[in-house]
Amino acid sequence: MTWTNVIVQGVLFGGFYALFACGLSLLFGVMRIINLAHGDIAVVAGYTAVFLVPHLHVAEVWGFVVVVPIFALVGYVLQRTLLQAALDRSPLTTLLVTFGLSVLIENLLLEIYTANGQSVNIGSLIGNSWQVNSVIYVSWFQLVVLIVAVAVLGVLQVYLSKTSTGRLIRAVSDDREAAQICGANYRHIFGIAAAIAVATVALAGISYGILTELTPTTGGSQVLLYAFEAVVIGGIGSLWGTLIGGILLGVAQQIGAHYNPAYQVLAGHLLFLAILALRPQGLFGKKEALA
Amino acid sequence: MSATLVPDVGRTVVRANYHPAILIGGSVVVAALFTAAPWILPVAWVSVLNNFFLLLIMATMWNLLAGYAGMVSIGQQGFIGLGSYALLYLALKGMSPFAAIPLAALIAGAIAVPVTFVLFRLRGGYFSVATWVVADSAMLVILSIAYLGGGTGRPLPGLANLSPTAYNHDSYLATWLTALVVSVGTYLLLRSRLGLVLASMRDSETAARSSGAKVTSTRRWIFVIAATGCGAAGAVLAISQPFVQPGNAFNINWLAEMLFATIIGGIGTVEGPIIGTIVYFVLYQSLQGLGAWYLIIFGALAVAVALWQPGGVWGLVRDKTRFELLPVGYRVRDK
Repeated sequence: MTWTNVIVQGVLFGGFYALFACGLSLLFGVMRIINLAHGDIAVVAGYTAVFLVPHLHVAEVWGFVVVVPIFALVGYVLQRTLLQAALDRSPLTTLLVTFGLSVLIENLLLEIYTANGQSVNIGSLIGNSWQVNSVIYVSWFQLVVLIVAVAVLGVLQVYLSKTSTGRLIRAVSDDREAAQICGANYRHIFGIAAAIAVATVALAGISYGILTELTPTTGGSQVLLYAFEAVVIGGIGSLWGTLIGGILLGVAQQIGAHYNPAYQVLAGHLLFLAILALRPQGLFGKKEALA
Repeated sequence: MSATLVPDVGRTVVRANYHPAILIGGSVVVAALFTAAPWILPVAWVSVLNNFFLLLIMATMWNLLAGYAGMVSIGQQGFIGLGSYALLYLALKGMSPFAAIPLAALIAGAIAVPVTFVLFRLRGGYFSVATWVVADSAMLVILSIAYLGGGTGRPLPGLANLSPTAYNHDSYLATWLTALVVSVGTYLLLRSRLGLVLASMRDSETAARSSGAKVTSTRRWIFVIAATGCGAAGAVLAISQPFVQPGNAFNINWLAEMLFATIIGGIGTVEGPIIGTIVYFVLYQSLQGLGAWYLIIFGALAVAVALWQPGGVWGLVRDKTRFELLPVGYRVRDK
């Protein structure tokens, strides 16, 4: 029964990791770049929820309704300015610029808000859980996040396959020049993809801030690494693979933590390295997506 | 060699656009001055120089990786940490820390060999994040080893018989000599046949491949060399602390500093990391006491340079003057 609980808790964490990862996966799919500041943006969103939302007249649990649209806009503007400028130079430049951005964000947060952990307070709601039996407790909040993650991935899938903007995003990602010839404004499309990516990771950052503490370095050492591991384990280019990847990562971490809390993160890293060594295209990825 | 390459049409092939004796003579004078530094400079300056050479080693290695071999590693702090801990381990086993530096560097390099076989399955940005996963894994493994001090770290043994002055001198000389070996080695490497392959990879990987350059095996060599160099930096870092602690040895700020210094100085040039490290220390000294602001300003500067002046400071100087301080190629000149 203990093992069932370990798996259940791992699956619940998997919801967070999938939510961290879907924006990273989308941006890579569309622009072939990795935004190294992806996790730091999530932390900034969490800090915004901690420090801005209490000044507004909304219940803190609804803070994301305010913060997520702001970050969608931030994502669009970031893409049209800094990221597009880097992309026009070279893929190498996008890595350098987003890494620089990541260091800037982490150190600015450190200077302004110190290294102390910050939590998004939603009152007693966080403590509610559903007791399945004497061993297994399911936190309502984590269950909600898992459902939200599945919903976000589902909506994204439908959006990319059914709407005209979604089809444009896929067209630009398949062949930018051809899409341009057909009249697609690829910069605008990139901006929309970045808006979606940043909005989803902002939602993930706020949720993570509700569950646990955010510090200036959470974005790099946790959000970015877990998101990335979820994407690679599931298979690059597969949205549902990312969900499975996130869940497997969560389960691996909980199994590690079950032996010794110090092994939690390491167990996730080892699963990632094992997948990379044995099945580099990931569980649901295609081989050509690696190139 | 020049005679076979170019028929005698009143031209000659040379490395530098100044007399080679100036390069050799200048290098000897500079090397002598830096070796004598502990005897002619105040202690505080020697400590700044020590940190300068530490960063110079790291930036030189990162430039090889990203500037020449196209591998944007964001996990070099892992090899710095491994170098520090390899030195700690060897010292705990009774070796003199100074004698153990090369061995500690080689241990870091040896660990990099199997790592490349996993990491090289990913390209571009995915490769970058994967290097960080490896660095984080290395740190987490070290953290769980109680003998090496776990999370709190351990003082480096084997230095107690030195007087404070002798320790300061020896620690500086160890860092400086390591930096000298790394810099001269890198310079000779870039002038060698492998350097030619690297330059072609830097300019166009596709063209390099189609000309028969063994791109993947060259990458593997460079990754292992850079890990060895960063391991050496970690080893001398451990001596200059002299305390080995995971939070410092595996600190991502090492990576930020080597990356920013390389970009500002001029990525993909021999001189770039040197110039960038100088810029870093000027900024660092003038922003002392302002906490992390030096890193914020340095980072903002690096982002601006990457976007609008990708050749860095040295690229700008070279384009304007056509002067190369440390030439690695050849040029044709009228006799």
